[in-house]
Order: sequence, then structure tokens, then C-alpha cells
Amino acid sequence: MSGDWRIPLVLLAVCVLAAAVAYGAPHVLSDYFVRIILLIALNSILVLSLSLSNGFTGVFSLGHVGFIGAGAYVSGILSIPVQQKMALLPHLPSFLHWFSLPFLPATVVAGLFTAILAVIVGYPLMRLSGYFVSVATMGFLIIVNVVLINASDFTRGARTFTGVPLETTLPWVFAWLGVTLFVLARLVYSPFGRSMKAVRDDTIAASAVGIGVLRARLIAFVIGAFFSGVGGSLYAHYLGSFSPNTFYFAMMINLIAMLVLGGMESLTGALVGVVCVSILSELLRSVERGFTFAGITVPALFGASQIVLGFVFILIMIFRPKGIMGDRELTFGLAARSARARKRREEQNA
Amino acid sequence: MPEAAIPLLHIDSLEVRFGAVRALKGVSMDVRQGEVVALVGANGAGKSTTLRTISGLSRPRSGSITFAGASIGGRPPPQIVRLGIAHSPEGRRLFGALTVAENLRLGACTRTDRAKIAADTERLFALFPILKQRWRQLAGTLSGGEQQQLALARALMAKPRLLLLDEPSLGVAPLLVRQIFDALGELKRQGVTMLLVEQNIKLALELADRAYVLRTGSVALSGSSAELRDSDRVAQAYLGAAE
Repeated sequence: MSGDWRIPLVLLAVCVLAAAVAYGAPHVLSDYFVRIILLIALNSILVLSLSLSNGFTGVFSLGHVGFIGAGAYVSGILSIPVQQKMALLPHLPSFLHWFSLPFLPATVVAGLFTAILAVIVGYPLMRLSGYFVSVATMGFLIIVNVVLINASDFTRGARTFTGVPLETTLPWVFAWLGVTLFVLARLVYSPFGRSMKAVRDDTIAASAVGIGVLRARLIAFVIGAFFSGVGGSLYAHYLGSFSPNTFYFAMMINLIAMLVLGGMESLTGALVGVVCVSILSELLRSVERGFTFAGITVPALFGASQIVLGFVFILIMIFRPKGIMGDRELTFGLAARSARARKRREEQNA
Repeated sequence: MPEAAIPLLHIDSLEVRFGAVRALKGVSMDVRQGEVVALVGANGAGKSTTLRTISGLSRPRSGSITFAGASIGGRPPPQIVRLGIAHSPEGRRLFGALTVAENLRLGACTRTDRAKIAADTERLFALFPILKQRWRQLAGTLSGGEQQQLALARALMAKPRLLLLDEPSLGVAPLLVRQIFDALGELKRQGVTMLLVEQNIKLALELADRAYVLRTGSVALSGSSAELRDSDRVAQAYLGAAE
């Protein structure tokens, strides 16, 4: 039984630690480090939302950033203060002028909006497999971008969308990251999660044993889109002002690189990918400005960080093609211990 | 010989097309309760297509498939599995990244009787003891013969009233082929109804009660296994000699 009481204890410890970091970090660390921690947590939500379809269900979507953008704009429109709305978005339909939502409800509405959008988009697209679904979802991303640019009554078009209250703080992001991890872990390691992986491994075999392939893919896509929308809302409230091109190919490539490097078939792999890429690119960025070490002056080499990062990606793909974590989870031995405890119990019962 | 009242599976002038290719050109056949029926024929005769159409993986263009009184032609696979048809597809098609245990559990994913699933798993261990040893191993790391046994066991986990088997001897070492067909014989004694596609005609006719010989998309010949074993027309149908 020894494994059983440790797990809630460790989870509790992790929660306490996270809360301590969330509330304590701004007092201890400089703004720069707080910002890095916040971006890591925020990107973790986005990459996790991507892992559900791309990693666990085998639907390699290139369109998730479309949901992030949609979530950001929906949440932004809903939460700009009423006084500013008239000035910033004068052509908004009048029912949207009357009110402005607080951060949390705006975020939930953004998530629900993108989930509904995912049902509409996914219903035809989730019939596709392999490269076809990637290209088709990329088409969705392009459509979202064009709509954001042209629906200027809602989005100010290509001009900067601004006036979103800056409310994304560490406790908010950590709380949402906790919710995301909890929901996805419950889902991925459930009977339904097993169906998702079966669909990923072999769609014909999955059909043959009676799994609804379209249904499994659609559920994974929609739940992923919900958390993408939530992440988009957090992003909007972190940046305060952004434009349609904030949520376009550059962001997509960044998120996919993090996901693939960390390991697509593991939730903790997604986290490892985000942490590694974020820290590495921050380190390289400070190095490329040039520095003096032991009397030797290294001149500024702008762009060098991108080259080094590119090399790291290539090396990881050569030596660990399934990403740093592959399909394993980082459990610090807890899962194995609880499995051993379960096995012992089974043997005692037998 | 008196006919059983209604066959469990009845196929009537089934036609399947892939684009311009007519894979099945009006196939009719029956499988009765408790019977083992073999489907033999050369490559491209339409054996696998017949199985795939029964289990809903391919859609018929015309003709009907009736299973236990219900018309199932063109229905989605999950519905057909729930009605009681399990398909062990060609080339095994296991979930290689999942464990043996997970593969078996997925075979029962349309069932809701949890307690009985565990009991059925135990019964399968009697039939395929190797699976118990390999329980926590990834399916992709098993040998060909072990994989085939797992594929069979996975299909049986659905507790089917009709088992569709596509090439259970494909890619399996000769010694293990014998073992697999012994297991199939045991299943037959337990009363499992099977429709079997098999390249190895000798083995197929040993196991089956009756057989249909397919040739380029239609039934060229049918009869009891004993009749077909002695007839040289089977070889003719295979080789495409003039009738």
C-alpha cells in the first residue's frame, strides 16, 4: 500500500510549490525571470493542447494556432472595458458594446467558442489522415488569419488590437496549466485515451475492433481546441495588444518544434520540450549580444541563437527521433511504485 | 441434409468497386451458425474485400449482407462489431505501440460487461498461453506467430457470434502455423462460427466444413471441404484454367 499515500502527497507538494512560485516569484525574481516562467507555463498550455490531437491521436494538425488566435480575439473583444470599446471598436455589433466580461468568464467563453469552431472544422477534416489532415488544417489557419485581417469591425483588421486588460499573472497561468494537465492526464490514461492511441497506431485495426475513428479524432481535436482557446485568451491578456500575425506561422512552428522535441506521445514530454526550448533560446539570446569572458571579448553575433537552436533540433531528431521523452512520462518513479503496489495486492488476493 | 432455418450470415449478389475496378462482381454466400467456412482463391480474387465489406471497412455498391436477420451492408464498423462480427484483418494490424494487455482490452472496447471481460481474458490464456507471458510487452516487439495469436485473441475479446479471419498463417513460422490452426480447431469445437480466408488451401480445407472458391471477384466453386479436397477443379480455379 506504500505507493498509494505518496501520490496525493507528492501532488499536494507540487501544488504548494507551484503556488509558492506563483505568488512568491514576483517578489524575489526580476521581471525578466518572472516573464520567462510565465511564458513557459503559457506555452506549456498551448503545446499540451496540441499534443492531444498531434501526439496521442495521430492527427498532425498545423491549424491549432488558428484556435489560439480565435481565442485571443474572442476573449479580447469580450473583456475590453466598456468605455474603451466605443473608441477602439466603434463598428462592433451593439450587443457586444453593452458589457465587458471579467478575465475568467472571458477565457472560458473563448475556450467554448474555439471548441465549437473545432466541431465545425473537424467534422469534415477529421476524415483525413496523414499529410492530408496537416495540409487541410494549415488551410484552416490561413483562413483564420485572413478573416482576422478582414473582419475589421471586430478585430481592427491588420492594425494592432489593443486595450485588453493585462491580467495574466503567474497564479492564473499556473492554475490553468494545472487544469489542462489534470484534464488531459485523465483523458489520455483512460479507456478513451487507449482508443485514441489505437486510432493513431492503425486506423483500420481501430475500426475493425469497433472504435469510431472519426469520433475519437473529433473529441481529441475539440478538447485540444478548447485549451488552445483558453491559452489564446491568456496570451491576449498577457500581451495586451497584438495583431493577426501574432498568431500565424511563426507561432505554429515554435509550438510544433517544442512538441516534437519534447516527445509527442507524452504529456510531461510536452512540458520538457517547452522548458528546454524556452531556456535554450533565452540563454542563446543573451550570448549572441556578445560578452567578455576572461579577457576575451566575443563580439555580437546576431542570429547565431537561431542557428544553434536549429542545430539542436537536427541533433535531437537524429539521435532521439521520438523526442526527448518519447512516449514515456516523467513520474519520478511514482507510477512504477503504485503499479508494484497494485501487483502486490493482486497477488495477495489471488 | 436439412438446411438450418436461417443462415447466420447471408450475402446476396454483393458488388464492390474501387474506382473503376470491380473487386466483387455479385458474390453470394451463406454461413450457418456453428459452421467454419473457408474462402479460398488466388491473389486478387476478392477474398479480403469480401471480409472487409462484411465488417464495414469497405462499402458495397450493391447487393445485400444480412447478419442474424439484420441488414448490415454499408453500416459503420463499430455498429457491426456491436452486432457480433469481429474481424481479424490481414497482416494482423496490431496496435504496436500498445501492450498486449491494452491490445486485448481494445478488442473488447464495444463491450460493457466489465467483469466478464476479465473472465474471457483468462479463458484466452488457456488457448494462447504465450500472451500471459507477454502481458506487459509492447505488441510491436512480439514475433510474427505471437502477433498472430494476439490478433486472434483480440478479435475473440469482442465475444463475436461470427469471427472473420484474414490469412491467419501469413508471415508465421510453419511450426506456429500448426499451433494456430490447432487453436482454431479448438475454437470450432467450442462452437465459434468462422469465415476464414486462407492462402494455404490444404490447412483451410482441413479446418473448414465448407468452402467457397473465389475467382476474379465471383464465386467459381463451392461445396463441402471433403468434396473440394478431392476435386481438381479447385486447382483449375486457382490457376485460371478454362472451365
